[in-house]
Amino acid sequence: MIGIIWNRYRKNRLAVAGLCVISVISLMALFAPLISPYDPTAIDVYDVLSAPSGKHFLGTDELGRDVLTRMLWGSRISLTVGFVAVGIAISIGILIGSIAGFYGGRIDNLLMRLVDIMLCFPTFFLILAVIAVVEQSISTIMIVIGFTSWMDVSRLVRAEILTLKERDFVLAARAVGADDFRVIARHILPNALSPVFVSATFGVAGAILTESGLSFLGLGVVPPDPSWGNILTSGKDNITVAWWLSVFPGLAILFTVLSYNLVGEGLRDALDPRLWRSER
Amino acid sequence: MVPLIFGITLISFLVIHLAPGGPVEVETEMSMKASAQARDNLKKLYGLDKPLHEQYIDWLGRFVMLDFGKSFVDGKDVIDKISERVPITLTINILALILTFCVAVPIGVMSAIRQFSLFDKLTTLFVFIGYSTPHFWLALLCMILFGVNLGWLPISGIQSLDVSGMSFAERVLDLAKHLILPVGISAFGAMAGLSRYSRSSMLEVIRQDYIRTARAKGLKERQVILRHALRNALMPVITILGLAIPGLIGGSVIFESIFSIPGLGQLFYQSTLSRDYPTIMGILVIGALLTLIGNMIADLAYAIADPRIRVGAE
Repeated sequence: MIGIIWNRYRKNRLAVAGLCVISVISLMALFAPLISPYDPTAIDVYDVLSAPSGKHFLGTDELGRDVLTRMLWGSRISLTVGFVAVGIAISIGILIGSIAGFYGGRIDNLLMRLVDIMLCFPTFFLILAVIAVVEQSISTIMIVIGFTSWMDVSRLVRAEILTLKERDFVLAARAVGADDFRVIARHILPNALSPVFVSATFGVAGAILTESGLSFLGLGVVPPDPSWGNILTSGKDNITVAWWLSVFPGLAILFTVLSYNLVGEGLRDALDPRLWRSER
Repeated sequence: MVPLIFGITLISFLVIHLAPGGPVEVETEMSMKASAQARDNLKKLYGLDKPLHEQYIDWLGRFVMLDFGKSFVDGKDVIDKISERVPITLTINILALILTFCVAVPIGVMSAIRQFSLFDKLTTLFVFIGYSTPHFWLALLCMILFGVNLGWLPISGIQSLDVSGMSFAERVLDLAKHLILPVGISAFGAMAGLSRYSRSSMLEVIRQDYIRTARAKGLKERQVILRHALRNALMPVITILGLAIPGLIGGSVIFESIFSIPGLGQLFYQSTLSRDYPTIMGILVIGALLTLIGNMIADLAYAIADPRIRVGAE
């Protein structure tokens, strides 16, 4: 099964490229303490806002900190936020989607109205409102992004479950006396997961974008912790003198997010059984 | 409709009131001397000493009258502060929507007609890059290029300082210059999705039997595409325009703070920083209602464009 999927996936060259970029960035994040040339928070007042050079490959910021180092450490935060936020969103989405799809009726109606209501809010407004009232930290950001982006997953899971729950294998599982939880968790969900998986990949891309936007506004990762978004804030503050502060972190975000989107697209095609036959 | 509005108010209210640390803490944390008594007085003043459900009912009762209370920051009525800002944000977003539509739909349609051509591949790549670009970053780059290096466009605000001495035409030109970057960049964000969507919608339509019929009866290709295919392909696109509204309104927070535009998004950002609860809640509800209205307009437009769907029809 995995072999078939991989064979289909690797035909999409852009998706393979995306996977490579993600691997490189993840390794860089993992080994940031070993490969970064400087200390991410070390201030050097004699070397502020210096342009990229042999000493500082990507220049320094307004406190003389090495931009490359801060970007390497920032990648850890961006990736962590992306994964944890999506993990939270998916858990909530699966829970609500399965309950709504499996039980139907009034519960379904109620939960889907909740989804409609949540979708009315401009997501960024909702996130900002929560951040206004809670203490600002990396874990808050992850939780808030997770709690405001589960709606699509819950709709996907619900739709999958609606088509699966009348199928024979589910009836068979029920007939041998499996309880609801077991039927959902062991028999239905595994068959409903591939669209969720695809949506999660796109979700990571979205969460990284949201985090960088929040940090850019000063409402995300708090300095001196580095994040791609808050390096861009210094870029904005020094816009007339230090282009490198604006260009490099943005490129990092662009490439990471682009790669996740390409991988998501590749996975969607590779996992969709309806497309399998047409290419044979 | 009504349950949705009710739900919107309930969620806005809960989000803001379940969290620890209220406006009183913010107002008193600056002065250590504030006594417990003074804090209590402040709480009473804002009605924060009552149980949560009473606060909600009070607030809902006033909400029906469009009274969102007074801002904690400057004591002005929240509804006034919001209605000052809404026109600017709406103008920018509507302009951005129009621009998006005018650029994205032709791109999508063209790449569908020439599926697998170089143009199609390039636009597909453009769509992915458009999806993945942090738009505030693009805004920064454009500010550096057009504002700082080339000096063609102003980089902040919506009017120049000497605007009072200008003639009407000059003012319009001045406003246009200030709006090019914000409108262009927020449209760029929505363009990727919309052009992708019009492409797939068009692809679906040109495979239909009635298109084959139109070709078979000898119509020119141009006529087939413009008369027969385009109208049908555009119908689902209208719905997507409606769905783009929350993204645009939410995005206004970042754009308006980058370009210092005095709109709803900037007000929301400032209120978040100062924890101005009544204003936050007011904007949250208004933002959601604007989205709801946008979706309704999209539904109605869909019904007008598609004779198969008529409101209230069987």
